[in-house]
Amino acid sequence: MQFPFEIPGLLNYWIVIILMMSGFYIVISQGNLIKKIVGLNVFQVSVFILYITMSKIDGGAAPILDDAIKSYSNPLPHVLILTAIVVGVATTALGLALIVRIRDAYGTIEDDEILQQERDNA
Amino acid sequence: MFLGLSAHLTVIQVVLPLIAAPICVIFRSTRLAWLIALVASWLSLGVSILLLEQVISNGPISYFLGSWPAPWGIEYKVDMLSAFVMLIVTSIGAIVMVFAPKSVQMEIPSDRTYLFYTMYLLTFAGLLGIAITADAFNLFVFLEISSLSSYVLISLGAQRNALTAALRYLILGTLGATFYIIGVGLMYQMTGTLNISDLAQRLPDVASTKTILVAVGFITVGIGLKLGLFPLHVWLPNAYAYAPSVVTAFLAATATKVAVYALLRVYFSIFGVDLFSALPIAELLLILGLIAILSMSTVAIYQNNTKRLLAYSSVAQVGYMVIGISMLTVNGLTATILHLFNHAVIKGALFLVLAAVFFQIKSVKIEDMAGLGKTMPFTMAAFVAAGFSLIGVPSTVGFISKWYLILGALEKDWWLVAVLIIASSLLAVIYFWKVIESAYFKERPDGATEVNDVPLIMLVPIWVMVGSNFYFGVHTNFTVSTAVRAAKSLIGISS
Repeated sequence: MQFPFEIPGLLNYWIVIILMMSGFYIVISQGNLIKKIVGLNVFQVSVFILYITMSKIDGGAAPILDDAIKSYSNPLPHVLILTAIVVGVATTALGLALIVRIRDAYGTIEDDEILQQERDNA
Repeated sequence: MFLGLSAHLTVIQVVLPLIAAPICVIFRSTRLAWLIALVASWLSLGVSILLLEQVISNGPISYFLGSWPAPWGIEYKVDMLSAFVMLIVTSIGAIVMVFAPKSVQMEIPSDRTYLFYTMYLLTFAGLLGIAITADAFNLFVFLEISSLSSYVLISLGAQRNALTAALRYLILGTLGATFYIIGVGLMYQMTGTLNISDLAQRLPDVASTKTILVAVGFITVGIGLKLGLFPLHVWLPNAYAYAPSVVTAFLAATATKVAVYALLRVYFSIFGVDLFSALPIAELLLILGLIAILSMSTVAIYQNNTKRLLAYSSVAQVGYMVIGISMLTVNGLTATILHLFNHAVIKGALFLVLAAVFFQIKSVKIEDMAGLGKTMPFTMAAFVAAGFSLIGVPSTVGFISKWYLILGALEKDWWLVAVLIIASSLLAVIYFWKVIESAYFKERPDGATEVNDVPLIMLVPIWVMVGSNFYFGVHTNFTVSTAVRAAKSLIGISS
């Protein structure tokens, strides 16, 4: 069977795209606020994989200054993603904290019920 | 000692508010937190004035964090545009902080006010960081510092709608920031660098690859979400309407401006003007900008909450800035950069007036503001004066930026665009008239509480803002020359 692309080489990128689009779809389609945050997380994680994939090369070792190491993977994207993970954790924490407060105030975490209540009060 | 400090002014600009923020948490005292925020804001204003002076006399300043040379280390770079944007952010912050204490005391529970000042300082630091950094990924980090803290600021609003507004902003804002790093990642993949000037050098070789074109798309949408570019503005009206009044004044005057700055940086400092011949971005921005100024000004007419009315007007104003970008000429960009400053002082003044109104009558609904022209004469006069500026009456700053925008449009023979810009200014007259009619030509409703003008500590900041609307509307030397020089350096014409 012929593929128009090289599956093993691009597998990670396919995973990135699938995760990215699923996450994005969940954010848009789900009415439950927690699920929206989950979708947001999936979306962010796909970007982490994108960065890590691009820096990895076949047989690349850790970037240690040693004669035995001939080819190494670029460590910078990993470091960037550490930062992005921290940002993601902060976003999730804040999002969940807001949802807790929303539940206290509205008694629900379903988007359409919240909208309904807001419309009734307007 | 002082000489040693002046070499590090660039980094002090960001580090000062960043350090001040946790100090507020340590003391947990409302008064002390306010004092720290006030001092930090004014010191930052001083630093940004010094930086702008240095840039005007000696050209751009580069600062290498930890002395690691770029592109290995992170570089901070202050040029004309970033110094100008930092001046906008710090001066608005400084004035808003003078205004803040009474309004904050009324709107935010007293056990949380120190957290309000902490979050304000973090937002402040993040916005300055976006303006100063010369590293595309560092820009993302500052974008998220400022956004995360502004979600918290918005959620501090008294009504429960503030919570949902903050969460919706959080979801869209995070999508925007993530889109931005996808774009940066794709650029890194093709060039192996994150430093803005380094990117600018290496991108032309790969500029026509699909990867880079996709990166441009992701970054445009990502930053577009942050700046409230029509139709990505849906989070903005609720966030502005339900946030505490002081927060709205600060964010409306600074946050979207800094996002426009980020867009200018990416388009002109990284990709350069050639980008616009590869992708029809200019056309897209022009169309979205035109729809924004017409449709959002129309929507503003039908609002009955003045804060929300001004929020829609802000989306329209972002439209003007985007139209300026789409012209790709010195005049167009000058108009955009001028409007960053001008819109900051206009909306800063207007939202501070609303904060004062809310302080007195606990509402900013148009019908509740009836008769305020008589009972709060100085406050409402400021609203009218700043309103003139928003509409673009000559001798105000609003006129100056529209003048350059129309000049730019005529230069390109875009007659229709010029006509539409004027038409949307007329729409602004209509929505302003609604508020003014209610405040000046109606009586206070029966049974309404007696009110008079707000205390001087609130009136003075309002009138300083309004005054700068007129001062810089007449003495245009400083703003226009800075904006022209910044625009020329963006397009690549040496000034």
